[in-house]
Amino acid sequence: MCHAHPARRLIAALLLAVLPGVALAQVLEDRRVWPGTGERTIRVISTADIDVFAPFVERIAAERPDLGIDYAVASSAELHRAIAEGASYDLAISSAMDLQFQLANDGLARAHRSDATAGLPGWARWRDLLFAFTAEPAVAVISRARFAGRDRPRNRQDLIALMRTDREAFARAVGTYDVRDSGLGYLFATQEARNSDTYWRLSELMGGLDVQLYCCSAQMIDDVASGRLALAYNVLGSYAMARIARDDRLEILALQDYATVMLRTAFIPASAEDPEGAGAVLDAILRIGMRDDADALPLPPLGAVQGPEATAFGPIRLGPGLLVHLDRLNREAFLAEWSDAMLQ
Amino acid sequence: MTDAAASRPVAQKVRRPAAGQAAAGRAASPWGFSRSIGRRLTILLAGIAAVLALVSWAMVTSFARAAAERTQDGVLAASALSIAGALGSEQGNIRLELPYSAFAMLDAIGQDRVFYRVATADDTLTGYEDLEVPRLPRTAGEVVTDTIAYRGTTVRVATVTRSVLSGQVPVRIMVSVAQTRSGVDEIAAGLSRSAAALSVGFFLLATGLGWAAARNSLRPLNEIAQAVGRRGPSDLRPVQRDAPGELAPLLAALNRLMERLGASIRRSEDFITEAAHRVRTPLATVRAQAEVALHSAESEEVKATLRRMIRAVDESSRSAGQLLDHATVGFRAETLRAEDLDLAAVIRRVTDGLAPTAEMKDIAFSVSLVPAPMRGDAILLENAVRNVLDNAVKYSPAETVVTVTLERAGSAWRITIRDEGRGFGDAAVPQLVERFRRGANVEKVVGSGLGLTIADEALRAHGGTLTLSPGDNGVGACVTLTLPAA
Ligand SMILES: Nc1ncnc2c1ncn2[C@@H]1O[C@H](COP(=O)(O)OP(=O)(O)OP(=O)(O)O)[C@@H](O)[C@H]1O
Ligand SMILES: [Mg+2]
Repeated sequence: MCHAHPARRLIAALLLAVLPGVALAQVLEDRRVWPGTGERTIRVISTADIDVFAPFVERIAAERPDLGIDYAVASSAELHRAIAEGASYDLAISSAMDLQFQLANDGLARAHRSDATAGLPGWARWRDLLFAFTAEPAVAVISRARFAGRDRPRNRQDLIALMRTDREAFARAVGTYDVRDSGLGYLFATQEARNSDTYWRLSELMGGLDVQLYCCSAQMIDDVASGRLALAYNVLGSYAMARIARDDRLEILALQDYATVMLRTAFIPASAEDPEGAGAVLDAILRIGMRDDADALPLPPLGAVQGPEATAFGPIRLGPGLLVHLDRLNREAFLAEWSDAMLQ
Repeated sequence: MTDAAASRPVAQKVRRPAAGQAAAGRAASPWGFSRSIGRRLTILLAGIAAVLALVSWAMVTSFARAAAERTQDGVLAASALSIAGALGSEQGNIRLELPYSAFAMLDAIGQDRVFYRVATADDTLTGYEDLEVPRLPRTAGEVVTDTIAYRGTTVRVATVTRSVLSGQVPVRIMVSVAQTRSGVDEIAAGLSRSAAALSVGFFLLATGLGWAAARNSLRPLNEIAQAVGRRGPSDLRPVQRDAPGELAPLLAALNRLMERLGASIRRSEDFITEAAHRVRTPLATVRAQAEVALHSAESEEVKATLRRMIRAVDESSRSAGQLLDHATVGFRAETLRAEDLDLAAVIRRVTDGLAPTAEMKDIAFSVSLVPAPMRGDAILLENAVRNVLDNAVKYSPAETVVTVTLERAGSAWRITIRDEGRGFGDAAVPQLVERFRRGANVEKVVGSGLGLTIADEALRAHGGTLTLSPGDNGVGACVTLTLPAA
């Protein structure tokens, strides 16, 4: 997702760009500043790519043209570390619900109350601290070329059966998140493992097929498009759909048994320097999240959860249950089991 | 006489207490507290209801809080126990995988921040290292809950311990789960609000019922007051009613008072009659003796003396009679005893009564009457007319005519009494109505100066007026008595 409009590129005042994924040691993967008409600039740290967030900025500017936005992209772990260490950001947006929840729980979020927050459904909000504005499922993306002439699996049982019977076709051609690196991948994996034991059977099978591990959805999708991968499992659905809209080499597998749905959440860090401005930006984002039409914006609205793709488990619950998988012992145990399955 | 005297005290009995009570109430309490027993009772009951409502609200609020706190304690304990239950040892190492449910259940109360710590005596295995609890359970299986300050807020923490084998040694492991209390606060506040609404409703209902109860229990009192108030002015019979026990003493006292009052009225009536007799009888004897002496006397000097004496006796007798009449009128006028009467009949009785006296002076009455029904005291009205007609006869020379007319004048009856006598002369006319005031023109005519006073008071008691004016063409006197009709 690095293909920003040339026009938008021009607006960029600052670009401390490095290729995403290359510079993990560095705090920021990408950065862009949209100046406002006034003096104030709201510093946002987020896990969403710049292209994904840019349409949001346009809408925010329509509401509050005076506020500039300084948008920094970081991995969820980096974001977590930055906020926990008290870095001065005005708004933190992440897809790693568990890490976000932990920050809010540990007192690093500042309370915010407004008409927009009051309008959120109960499951999309935790206290006055943490607010969800998208509902994004994890999906399986396949390469049309490599699936040519095959029946599409309808559920995970079918998928397992297919991979078992045709090991050649899938050897080194299945990709998924490396949950040791990716916060979102870890979230998807732990939630799925909790909800269904199919996850472990699938993992063992993928491990046997010499699974390819990735840090990010965008790269997995790239590799499926190029045909290097036949299947990418647990890709961020919002990214995949945006990509499929302009790339017919890709297809999303409609797995009907269940889906893990992540809520992208935002909060105002306790260390925010301009909480009022941050609140205004947050409200604008929440209003976009509550839009009725799943229109052209790259990130789907909260309402998508109630749509036809509504899932057996509903969105991941914003609550103390998220802390369980972050616990050091649990994480160690889970990663050990995951490694056993994936890295045979 | 009996009726007249009786009427006054009864009326007093009925009216005075009410007025007196109101005045006393106004003076006694600035809040109008004792003005009405009903209001006082209602306010008292409302006060009691308010206190009860407040107490019940406070109790429900504290119970609700206690219940919410107990629920939270229960959930925290369950969470800590389920974590402790997941502790185990594997190949000599302590092993723990936090059960998802242990944390998910903490959502039950509300959205609260959650902290936990699993530790041995000197080492934190996992969780928040700075979560220190003030005391530990003494035995395994016991749950200790405490409220502590942690990270700038107040949290409730439940702690359990469990022993797990590490190598060959059992190690005591402590599991603490803590949660902020905003969910409890919210539940308690919500219940408290509901309780407040209920309490207000209870208060309003109780106040309404209290008001109804006060009204209902005061009804016998009002009924007795009404029964007494409805009575005629001379009705001094004892009040015979079924009264509630509390009112029996009041009723008995009231009846005793009426009895005493009746006796005292009878005594004063007897006294007045007695006094009139005592004065008049000896005077009559003196006059008769003087008359006899006058006939047998020969000396002109003695005769003159005797005539002066007879005149003085006449004056005294007249004065005594008028004084008694005045007293009677005073009694009756104070509380008027109104009954249906015909004014024409009253006048007729007076002219008939005075006819002999007039005849002796060759004075003719010219009477023109119409039927004139009205409400009033016939005895008072008769007194008024008689005194005016008496003057007309008394102050007129022989062989004249006295005209008496009764007619309707708008909403009033007008009695006009004209004579052809000396008239009021230059006397200041209104002053003639004053007590013991006689005109300069009376010459030898006997009188006490009370006649017009009596007439005026009797008319006033009926809402009427007395007007003195010169006769037609300046001859004689014209006296007009006006009385409101019906
Ligand atoms: N018809 C009248 N003609 C002339 N003078 C009158 C007439 N009526 C009353 N007066 C005058 O008014 C005075 C007051 O009258 P009033 O009837 O009060 O007293 P009185 O007649 O003198 O005494 P009594 O008490 O015996 O009637 C009289 O003394 C008299 O001077
Ligand atoms: Mg007279």
